[in-house]
Amino acid sequence: MTITQEHAPNPAAGDPSRPIGFGRLQRKEDPRFVRGKGNYIDDIVLPGMLHGAILRAPVAHARLVSIDTTEALAHPKVLAVITGKDLQALKLAWAPTLSADVQAVLVTDKVRFQGQEVAFVVAEDRYAARDALELIDVEYDMLPPVIDARRALDPGAPVIRDDIEGRTDNRIFDWEIGDAAETEAVFATADLVVAQEVVYPRVHPAPMETCGAVADFDPVDGRLTLYETTQAPHAHRTLYAIVAGIPEHKIRIVSPDIGGGFGNKVGIYPGYVLAVVGSIVTGKPVKWVEDRSENLMSTSFARDYIMQGEIAATKDGKILAVRTNVLADHGAFNATAQPTKNPAGFFSIFTGSYDLKAAYCKVTGVYTNKAPGGVAYACSFRVTEAVYLVERMVDILARKLEMDPAELRLKNFIKPEQFPYANKTGWVYDSGNYEPAMRLSMQMAGYDDLRREQLEKRERGELMGIGVSFFTETVGAGPRKHFDIVGLGMADGAELRVHPTGKAVVRISVQSQGQGHETTFAQIVAEELGIPPESIDVVHGDTDQTPFGLGTYGSRSTPVSGGAVALVARKVREKAKFIAAAMLETRPEDLEWEKGRWFVKGDPSVGKTIAEIAFGAHGTVALPEGIDGNLDAEVTYDPPNLTFPFGAYICVVDVDAGTGHVKVRRFIAVDDCGTRINPMIIEGQVHGGLTDGVGMALMQIIAFDEEGNCLSGSFMDYLIPTAMEVPDWETGFTVTPSPHHPIGAKGIGESATVGSPPAIVNAIVDALTPYGVTHMDMPCTPARVWEAMQGRARPPV
Amino acid sequence: MQIPAPFDYERASDVANALVLLERHGPESRIIAGGHSLLPMMKLRLARPEWLIDINDLAELDFIRREGDQLRIGALTRHTTLLESADVAELFPIIRDAEQVIADPVVRNRGTIGGSLCQADPAEDLSTVCDVLRAQAVIRGPDGERIVAMSDFHRGPYETAVAQNELLYEIRFTIHPRSGSAYEKVERRVGDWAVVAAGAAVGLSQDGTIEEAAIGLTAVGLDGTVPEAEATLRGRQPHEDLFIEAARIAAAVCHPVDDQRGPVDYKRHLADELTRRVLRRACARAAGAQEG
Repeated sequence: MTITQEHAPNPAAGDPSRPIGFGRLQRKEDPRFVRGKGNYIDDIVLPGMLHGAILRAPVAHARLVSIDTTEALAHPKVLAVITGKDLQALKLAWAPTLSADVQAVLVTDKVRFQGQEVAFVVAEDRYAARDALELIDVEYDMLPPVIDARRALDPGAPVIRDDIEGRTDNRIFDWEIGDAAETEAVFATADLVVAQEVVYPRVHPAPMETCGAVADFDPVDGRLTLYETTQAPHAHRTLYAIVAGIPEHKIRIVSPDIGGGFGNKVGIYPGYVLAVVGSIVTGKPVKWVEDRSENLMSTSFARDYIMQGEIAATKDGKILAVRTNVLADHGAFNATAQPTKNPAGFFSIFTGSYDLKAAYCKVTGVYTNKAPGGVAYACSFRVTEAVYLVERMVDILARKLEMDPAELRLKNFIKPEQFPYANKTGWVYDSGNYEPAMRLSMQMAGYDDLRREQLEKRERGELMGIGVSFFTETVGAGPRKHFDIVGLGMADGAELRVHPTGKAVVRISVQSQGQGHETTFAQIVAEELGIPPESIDVVHGDTDQTPFGLGTYGSRSTPVSGGAVALVARKVREKAKFIAAAMLETRPEDLEWEKGRWFVKGDPSVGKTIAEIAFGAHGTVALPEGIDGNLDAEVTYDPPNLTFPFGAYICVVDVDAGTGHVKVRRFIAVDDCGTRINPMIIEGQVHGGLTDGVGMALMQIIAFDEEGNCLSGSFMDYLIPTAMEVPDWETGFTVTPSPHHPIGAKGIGESATVGSPPAIVNAIVDALTPYGVTHMDMPCTPARVWEAMQGRARPPV
Repeated sequence: MQIPAPFDYERASDVANALVLLERHGPESRIIAGGHSLLPMMKLRLARPEWLIDINDLAELDFIRREGDQLRIGALTRHTTLLESADVAELFPIIRDAEQVIADPVVRNRGTIGGSLCQADPAEDLSTVCDVLRAQAVIRGPDGERIVAMSDFHRGPYETAVAQNELLYEIRFTIHPRSGSAYEKVERRVGDWAVVAAGAAVGLSQDGTIEEAAIGLTAVGLDGTVPEAEATLRGRQPHEDLFIEAARIAAAVCHPVDDQRGPVDYKRHLADELTRRVLRRACARAAGAQEG
């Protein structure tokens, strides 16, 4: 079912600005943020707290000859200097990554990327810690670096990971999915095949708050309290227990307010571990907060996929198959943080929103002398690369067919009656109704008028482009049988307590980095129990206070924890029925629910509200057999499938023919994330993601020179779009609920980041049609656009 | 948080005091005004002054005065003040053009014209603007005041005629009748340094021919203006063909380098394209001034 109303009018809500349940509601967390009362890592000050700073490698590939820390240790304010050797003694020099590899916490043998952690100084203040870094004398023996991923597998290329026994090259993996022979057969008989290399360059999440930690190890009872910028506090606790050998019940992870994550704060960074070691060594709390350059140069990057794409179609525009061969640059350690058994994450969703006869892909992962990571930046575990590839290929095909790109998409969509739809690479799309979303975006854009305007402008030599993209997202991991992090299945707990006066607290495992969890999850409880969201507190970000769960990334909070919260509220509601029956001296089956109360069937005036029932639960009424004297419940929700939100985006650009400068004039985003809990928060997520998309499409790349020096280590060089680069976003929506999710909701956090770059690039390439341009890679800076206009478009790497 | 190397700090009470402090603290002392260039460089430890002498209390350096045929601008005048000045907009629209594309409002609220000129970043917009307007720099030092033409003020990247014990006091611009000026910049993003920018100023004679012309280019390795192109313009009627000719010369004489902002050929192309655009607009403005 697709409807275009956000939700049924809420009869219990007298004031539409204060819905009891779903609807537009100002975020509960915002008063503290707008008043400067947020509590971030750097706000945390503990008695006697010391400060850590990391010495980082100035070069990309070099053998470590010696480290002399004498002078640094002599600094009057320095308490400790920790090197790789010290960590070796503690068996902490290397730590497992989330992709079955290991990563150096501090360099012991050789430096493998510029910015890698070499030593850790603990001092009385952060200034002294930083100054003392300059007093450490390190001798390096330079090695030739591997920077170009295309050369990483050359015979004779320097072997980066000589720490791994028996390794003789830089190949991490070869992975394939789909039926190669079947796909080849379809390609062989197709009327038309187009091929294009499509590069998604290395970008960085660049959250406003950089990563940091405050470690507080209590030497008396061996208890570690670790305040961390983490998107996954519970997973971190278990990992620290496994890696550092601290018993899990002695570890408390607190993730306070987080200033943006975008995947950057999923993994465990050396800095966190070093803060812990620093606290253990000194017996005092140690704070470590990285600076902007450290964040850009050493923490998880995203993308870095060189994709050879092919698409096969009939001459009348029926898409038959998609095939791709990918070279994936994973940097110096395979530290990709993603929950699948597949080294390419969710990339196999490159079949997009189209009903194909065949699909096949092969991905080769390589090591290079660059920072590790790979999955970060709102990418849904590489759906971003997949959607970008297929949406560029469809546009290139449209050009070849001389067909309108919107029309070509409409012709090839998976039809509503085909859902649940099993694609050719093993996914089962839960629900979708693509055509109405596409039509709505075209109507909002005034698509036909735009095409007319473009024709007129072309005659005058003006460059205007219209870009279309249609994406299907893949979000909400688990189910646990398919998705895990180091064996921890991806299910989420939720606990709900209704206090005697009818106020409630819901405890969740996922951690907000700005997504508005304190509002959204209160609204889910409100919708299920009929008590106002302001009467419901959401507790999160502290492993001592919340149930286990895997954390917030891959747009999984609403699909997984949202389901958990709805179910725990229903459990409470069901329990309330029995208590109400006891209070009303009737049978539970004689009661009927309306939002907020149970009443006697046929006699609506006789009933009990949730608040009355809560008091009754803790009161003196005799409760039925098996009903505890409270109105509390807990669940762990293991979702049966992922959710598959989708959207239709249209971008209008104007390109200055003299300078190559691109102006995004309009952007129309129609999103379908199923049931809409708080449209205001959804729109905020979409606005942010679209802005990210403009950044990636027009200006962002983490670039390196031939020696492996990172050229994008500050915001002077790694550009974040401002209000001046983005248009007024025009958002619309359709609603196709997820059939398996308790409230029909799908994730929305990354849709716009996934969907917008192809729309923008498609628009730019469309604008450059008079110059014969059929493809250009991001970032579409003025210089690169101009080069494309000269017929010299070149890949960014 | 990025942390600079240790330094000491003193706040000057007036210009004379600032000069005394510069003398006292010697070669490792630096004047700080808006701080939007120096502080980031210090935080990256690319600049490591031992002393900062803060001149933000020196209200005597914050002025825009029209006197006779001169517009005098104090070195501590903020970008925002320049951007909002009606005199500047009327007399030297190139300054307004440039100020609109310098950094962002936060930087413009603090950054000063004197700071921009003394920092002398090769991509600094106001350096080009002052070159094109043939401005004069008034410099105060222990031996009193001296006036330096812009062509002598610049001494290469990050170097100027202002000696270590001196202070830039004001910038003087000569007002010409029937003149027009313009500035245009291409940047990867608002607030970024220029990929390339161009500025032009022209003065027209009674019959509309170009009497005086100046062309400057930002971020393409030029010292001062482009005399070869300026000579082409003088004595001729403004015309698209003329602009094309002058722009071609400007593009040929500049020395761009390949970097993250673009390759050499693109920057040379921009020098050409933008020179044409600013000449066109400067001449139109001059013609408008003539009518007005």
